[in-house]
Parts: sequence; C-alpha cells; structure tokens
Amino acid sequence: MILQGKTGNWEIICGLEIHCQIISKSKIFSSASTEFGVDANQNVSFVDAGMPGQLPVLNEECVRQAVKTGLGLRAEINKYSEFSRKNYFYADLPQGYQITQFVHPIVGEGVVTVDLDDGTTKDIRIERMHIEQDAGKSIHDMSPSKSFIDLNRAGVGLMEIVTKPDFSAPEEAGAFLKKLRSILRYLGTCDGNMNEGSMRCDVNVSVRPEGSHELRTRCEMKNVNSVKFVMQAIESEAKRHIEVYESGGTVEQETRQFDPVSGQTKVMRKKEFAHDYRYFPEPDLPPLVLNDEYIEKIRCDLPELPDAKKERFIKTMGLTKYDAAIICENREVAEFFEKAAAGHDGKKVANWLMGDFFAMLNRKNLSVENSPVSAENLGLLVELIESNVISGKVGKEVFEIMSETGENPQKIVEEKGLKQVSDLGAIEAIIDKVIAANPDNLNAYRNGKTALKGWFVGQVLKESRGKANPQLVNKILDEKLA
Amino acid sequence: MAIDTQTVKRIAFLARLKIDDDKIEAAKDEFNKIIDWVEQLNEVDTENVRPLTAVNETKLFCRKDEVKEGNQSDKILYNAPAAEYDYFVVPKVVE
Repeated sequence: MILQGKTGNWEIICGLEIHCQIISKSKIFSSASTEFGVDANQNVSFVDAGMPGQLPVLNEECVRQAVKTGLGLRAEINKYSEFSRKNYFYADLPQGYQITQFVHPIVGEGVVTVDLDDGTTKDIRIERMHIEQDAGKSIHDMSPSKSFIDLNRAGVGLMEIVTKPDFSAPEEAGAFLKKLRSILRYLGTCDGNMNEGSMRCDVNVSVRPEGSHELRTRCEMKNVNSVKFVMQAIESEAKRHIEVYESGGTVEQETRQFDPVSGQTKVMRKKEFAHDYRYFPEPDLPPLVLNDEYIEKIRCDLPELPDAKKERFIKTMGLTKYDAAIICENREVAEFFEKAAAGHDGKKVANWLMGDFFAMLNRKNLSVENSPVSAENLGLLVELIESNVISGKVGKEVFEIMSETGENPQKIVEEKGLKQVSDLGAIEAIIDKVIAANPDNLNAYRNGKTALKGWFVGQVLKESRGKANPQLVNKILDEKLA
Repeated sequence: MAIDTQTVKRIAFLARLKIDDDKIEAAKDEFNKIIDWVEQLNEVDTENVRPLTAVNETKLFCRKDEVKEGNQSDKILYNAPAAEYDYFVVPKVVE
C-alpha cells in the first residue's frame, strides 16, 4: 500500500510478533493447571510463585506443540535450543525474570502463505519462533490506589512467533493473523482467541519514501488485541510517521500503545527508559536437544493443513477458490463439509452450507459442532433436491424443519407428503384446473400479455402445494396456453 | 573493560538496589576489581573450544503433561505483605 503525503509517496514496512498460548493441560515449567477462568491464584505452584529453591521442569507436551507449530509454519526445527533469562521487575512476574529463549530458539525460519482480497497470495517469512513462560495478570481497575495480582496465568506456555518485516499494507497483516489462527487451530496448538488473550500481537511499523531501500526508525505497539485493531494501528502509526517526517521532524524509537477508542497510538515508553533485559543462559535448565526421529514422528502425525485442504477441495470436489477459502478457514467447518459432501455434488453442498446453513447457525448463535442439522442429513437434503425428489423451494422448507427437529430429510419429505410431482398426468390435471378457473387471464395472455405466464406457473405451483416439478409445469403450460 | 560511575548507577537501578551517592565510588572500584579478576580468563586460548552455556551438561529432563498442583492459594499468599480476595495486592502499578 502506498500512502500519499504532502511531499510524495510513502511505503509501509511492518513486522509482527505474536504471542500464542500453548494448548497443554499443565504449565510449561510446573504442574499447575492452565485452565482459564478459575478463581484467583488457584492454579499456582510454588515454581510459578517464584518461591526460593523451586526449580522449573520442562513440560514435554509444550515442546511437542512447539515443534508441531514450527512444522505447520513450514519452518526449520532447531535440534539444539537453549533457555535464557530475561530480567525485569514487574508485580505480575514473581521470579523477577522470564524464562524464554534468546540466542537459540526452538524454531527457525519459515513461511506462511496468505490469501489477499484481490485473489492473489503473498508469502510472509517467519524469522523465528521460541517458547517461554507467560506472566501473571495485573488488575488495575478494582481500586484507585492498589493493583491486584493473579498468578493463574504465570507460567503458562507461550510460543512467540516473529515475522520478517514483510507487510506493506494493513490488509496483509490482517490476512496473516487470520491464516496463522487457522493454522494453529488446525494443529490444535493454540486456540487463537485474541479477545481472551490467548493470541496477542505486537506491531512494528516504519515508513520510507516509495522506491527507496532504507530502513527508518520503527515504533512498536504492544498487545494489540484484535485483527481489526492491528490493521488500524498500522495505518494510523504509518500516517503519524509520514506527518513527522514531512514537517521536518524525526521519529523516535519508542514503545507505543494503540487506543481503540481514538484509533490513534500514544507513547508508552521512550527509548531512554527502554528495558535492558540483561539476558543470560538459564542456569536451571540444560539445553534442549531433539533428534530427527522425534521430529519426523510429529511430522507424520500432522493433520492436513488449510492450504492443502483448500487445494484438494478445489481439485476433487469442484469448489471455487473463494468457496474453498471460506470453508477451509475453520477446521470443524471443513470437516463438516467433507462429511456432508461425501457421495454428493460438492459445489451444491457448499452452496447450501454457506447459504441457508451458515444463516441458520448465525440466527441460533451456534457453532458447526453443535448444529442441529448433521452433516449426513445436509448431504441427503442436497441429494433429494438434485435428484428432483423435491424442488429447491420445498428443500428450504425441509431445511427449516431439520434445523428445528434435527430429523432426517427423507423422513420429513415422506411424512409430510412433500415429494415433488413429476407425473405428467397429475400436473396436466392441475394446469387444466387453473386455466379453467381463470378464462380472463387466458385470453389476456393469448392477446399478447405474455408476462402472465409467470402468474400461471405460480398458481399451478401453489395449487400443488409447491410439489409440482417446475420444469415440467413450464413445459406443459407452454403447450396449454398456446 | 572499566566500569564508570554512570554504569554503576544504571546497574543499581536495574537491580533495584539503593546505593547512596557517597558509596558510588567505592562500588565502582569493587566492580572493577571483580571484572579484572574475571578477565584473567581472556588469557586462556579458546580457539578450538566450543561455547558452553551450562557447566553441568546433563540431558534435559522433561515432565509429563499432568496437573499435580493447585488449589493452595492460602499457601501461595501466606507470605504476601498484602492480599485481598485471594489476590496479591501491591501499590498501583500502571505503565
């Protein structure tokens, strides 16, 4: 994206750092639970509370999840990695340091392909990913003079994913976050929930004159907590830089905060107060060494990821790129679709899924996992329409009943006598009856008011309670009206 | 490498240590003595020695992903200078 300034055009350069909570039962260095939403300080071990003499012991599941995520990011897995201490004082960090990885992270360079709105794709390069412990939670709004500290989150495993500065537009960053969330959910390594804080994003932004290759001072916005806000933060921060440069100023390297209410960023921490973390190797944990066999075992167990699934749905199930992208964003939806489409027309099932089915879920505020209409029954409904047992219109009626009762569409069609009438004699009889009852309209039609054809079709369908096969009605009406 | 008084003040701040102004000079000298002593290591030829981050090069022991601790807020908060509603309470800290 090119931003127009007063003195010329400017390019945006942006990179992201994303903290993703690892899905595991217990914390990364202790055996306290990671469960969200329990009473304050219930899920806290003495390790998490930073008690003297307590030693961290690495959770093997967190390592496995990190390797799985690295493979999902098409990244290099480092067989040798190390833990480090990052030192700073804050009330919700009882140890006075965070155990993280610094020089040797567990995951190296990777790549994520994002789908942009104009139908093109762009590769976003991953710089690295490391694992670390989360801090506790400070609550500042319970008292005017005090802060309240809950350590339930302290020690929960995090994966920090750092991208290269590959984003040149807010939309690219938005598309990346959606894709990353989709990949993490497919892998089952992070639930990707930004509003609950299980995925948190830091945004780095700088600008430069269009076409130049320089790198100017960047500013970092911490903890931006929705895809929309990330996009807004990039744009407003880039515009701020341009204004500063065009009025002859210089951008200071600083940490800023995005305020969703004003849509602007404000300074949080100047460079002179920047943290000095004094990293050093963590003396309580030896280096983490993995072998090929371990990594390959995890690679073999990887689920099919969104890109591969999308390709397959386009190639073998007749979906358009657009349909496939929507259906594959969410693993549960993709699996539901695949079950529903088994043995039926994939494209037709996709249309139903993205139309009436999604509308029904929205209306009832349900997710696909607890849909009253099962995948098998949705497939059967499409089949009933495709094989002309019922019309599309009756199909919608049947679908409504299914979404109330969860019943099998075949059963509904039979019990309610909704089968489409394709018997020529029966349709002819209805048409004769309608024509006989409306001689005026017949005359008007024969005198050139041919638009009345639609009215006759409507009357016949109505008379048949929607069951007459519309193609046959049309054909026979043409003969009778002539 | 020599430590100046500015660095002493900086390190004291980062470690949240209070050093009175009249003790800064003395602390600086202490620091430099320690650094000089450690710098003797520079005399060792490490040309073909690979960097070592842990003296005790044991294999990393991992834990199974099981929940074994919790529901002990009374013990966790036992030594807290202030606690309310099972939270630690500290003077207001907002960055």
